[in-house]
Amino acid sequence: MKNPEKGMTLIVKTITRLTVGLILLYGIYIVLHGHISPGGGFAGGVIIALSFIHLMLAFGKEVALKKLSQAQASILESLGAIMFLSIALLGFLGGYFFFNFFLHKGSPFALFSAGIIPLCNIAISLKVGAGLFAIFTVLVLFTPLEINRFNKDNGNNSNK
Amino acid sequence: MILPFFVIIPLGTAFLISLFGKRIKNLSDLLANLGTLSLLIFSLYSIPQVFVHKILVYKVGGWIPPIGICMVLDGLTSFMLVTVNLVSFLVTLYSVNYMERYTDKHRFYTLFMLMLAGMNGIIITGDLFNLFVFLEIASIASYALVAFGTEAEELEASFKYAVMGSVASSFILLGIALLYSYTSTLNMADISLSLSGKPAGMMVSFVAVLFLAGFGLKTALVPFHAWLPDAHPSAPAPISAMLSGVFIKTLGIYALCRVFFNILTVSSRLLFVLIVLGMISMVVGAFLAIAQTDIKRMFAYSSISQIGYIIFALGIGTPLAILGGLFHLFNHAVFKSLLFLNSGAIEYSTHTRNLNRLGGLSRSLPVTGYTSLLGSMAISGIPPLGGFWSKLIIIIAAIQAGYFVSSVVAILISILTLAYYLKFLKFTFFGKINEARQNIREAPGLMKLSMILLGIICVISGLLIAPLFKPFLQSAVNVLLLGNGYKEAVFGALR
Repeated sequence: MKNPEKGMTLIVKTITRLTVGLILLYGIYIVLHGHISPGGGFAGGVIIALSFIHLMLAFGKEVALKKLSQAQASILESLGAIMFLSIALLGFLGGYFFFNFFLHKGSPFALFSAGIIPLCNIAISLKVGAGLFAIFTVLVLFTPLEINRFNKDNGNNSNK
Repeated sequence: MILPFFVIIPLGTAFLISLFGKRIKNLSDLLANLGTLSLLIFSLYSIPQVFVHKILVYKVGGWIPPIGICMVLDGLTSFMLVTVNLVSFLVTLYSVNYMERYTDKHRFYTLFMLMLAGMNGIIITGDLFNLFVFLEIASIASYALVAFGTEAEELEASFKYAVMGSVASSFILLGIALLYSYTSTLNMADISLSLSGKPAGMMVSFVAVLFLAGFGLKTALVPFHAWLPDAHPSAPAPISAMLSGVFIKTLGIYALCRVFFNILTVSSRLLFVLIVLGMISMVVGAFLAIAQTDIKRMFAYSSISQIGYIIFALGIGTPLAILGGLFHLFNHAVFKSLLFLNSGAIEYSTHTRNLNRLGGLSRSLPVTGYTSLLGSMAISGIPPLGGFWSKLIIIIAAIQAGYFVSSVVAILISILTLAYYLKFLKFTFFGKINEARQNIREAPGLMKLSMILLGIICVISGLLIAPLFKPFLQSAVNVLLLGNGYKEAVFGALR
């Protein structure tokens, strides 16, 4: 984060340095408490992605991509989806797809309750967070048309 | 229970391919083909299940349907599953060789499997909002697939398609929201039950209009067709085959039928609207197709025209007409995907789709030539092939129901169809060969295999109305004829 030339002004960078950790923590809090309070995997995932996007806006894309590269985001996204699907598949242990197969009854205000729902929230937050971040980076790293056309003339019909 | 696997398999393969496809060579080909093959086997297995049980309802998560989501397997579902998964298996077989021209093959397969998951989901779900979610999954994957080549015209087509598709989705969502506020439930059978207890009012008609506009846009019926002739030719050939072959039928016709026939009770006014829309699509699509010089664009307009036949048949609404419509749906899925795959094979060998620059290819591309001939003859309704029987049934049903003028128009349009397919054959395979293309080679083995398989299905699909296979088609027709009785069937299966 010590890169004074790139990114926005010192004021923005200082404030970002102070708040970005809090935003990330708040996102994780929203995810983990998704089943007992408002919020959940999607909202928490968006907040987690926003903390990385915040870094990118304030410090430039290199700093943010060093923390979480595009390839890593893509892997995390697929992992989140596969995790969600496998949780759903594990429901077959109880006889049904998506069956809530352990800690069956939720109890109000207890963090460790509600069975698979917190696990599902974590999987969704991975998928949404990594996905949103990946979409943002793709928009930032968008290659102009000429480069694509150059690649295609050389025989590799690429879709970056 | 097999029902959830129609969604689990494509979703699972999609994400596995996106995780490992780039790192391990050929894994994406293998996984995608295994996935679609197993889906085909599952869907064929669903046919005897329907015969034994009539209707199967699967409770997702073990929740009782009006509370939780359910998946329903009945005759229509099974029929659509077989159609979609048959075409998608042959298309993935074809893509193994064809997609070598593009980089990022694994991304193609990921998007393809997501689209397939969406389509299978639409077909099996018994919940209206779930249908919308799967519809969006399939649509968004298809927007990306249309733009897969990333050329300027492909991006433009994809953008146009995305805008029109989003408008359609908003219509559908608004319809679902109004229906939810009116009946306080989202389960299809429960909505139907709730509507039958309410007095007739403007609400149901308004929702019907919204759904007609939304699903009509997805089906590309004529006033809503503007996106299709751009989007379908721009996509890679396997995707054009999927989009024209099964995509518009699943998102459009199947959803339209399910909503209109089984949930909102179909009225004679609505059926008349369907007939009018079907007639207009039939005529306009055929006339626009004649003038085209791009092969795929011609096929795209031809799809609009053939979809018109199906909607026209469904609009007549007699048992025979619905049989003809669904039979034509299956036939069209087979021969239109065959023709799009042929156009891909022509483009693969000659690098052009312009009819004026082709000619005399039948000697150097025999497999493509003969399968194109089969496909073209089937779609124009030449006797022993499948397309003849379905058009015959539709026209007989129209005459029986008293639509004399419409049936004459349908026959004339069929002749017009023959005309533009003869134009396609003449300009592509017969005549003088271009000097520059003396020694072009036929497409690789798997592409040929999938075209030959589709050609064989084109020939034998007429057997579907033979007494041995007719129950398969008839059970799908019975679901639509059941109409409002769908709710009793679903709730009966739960007890």
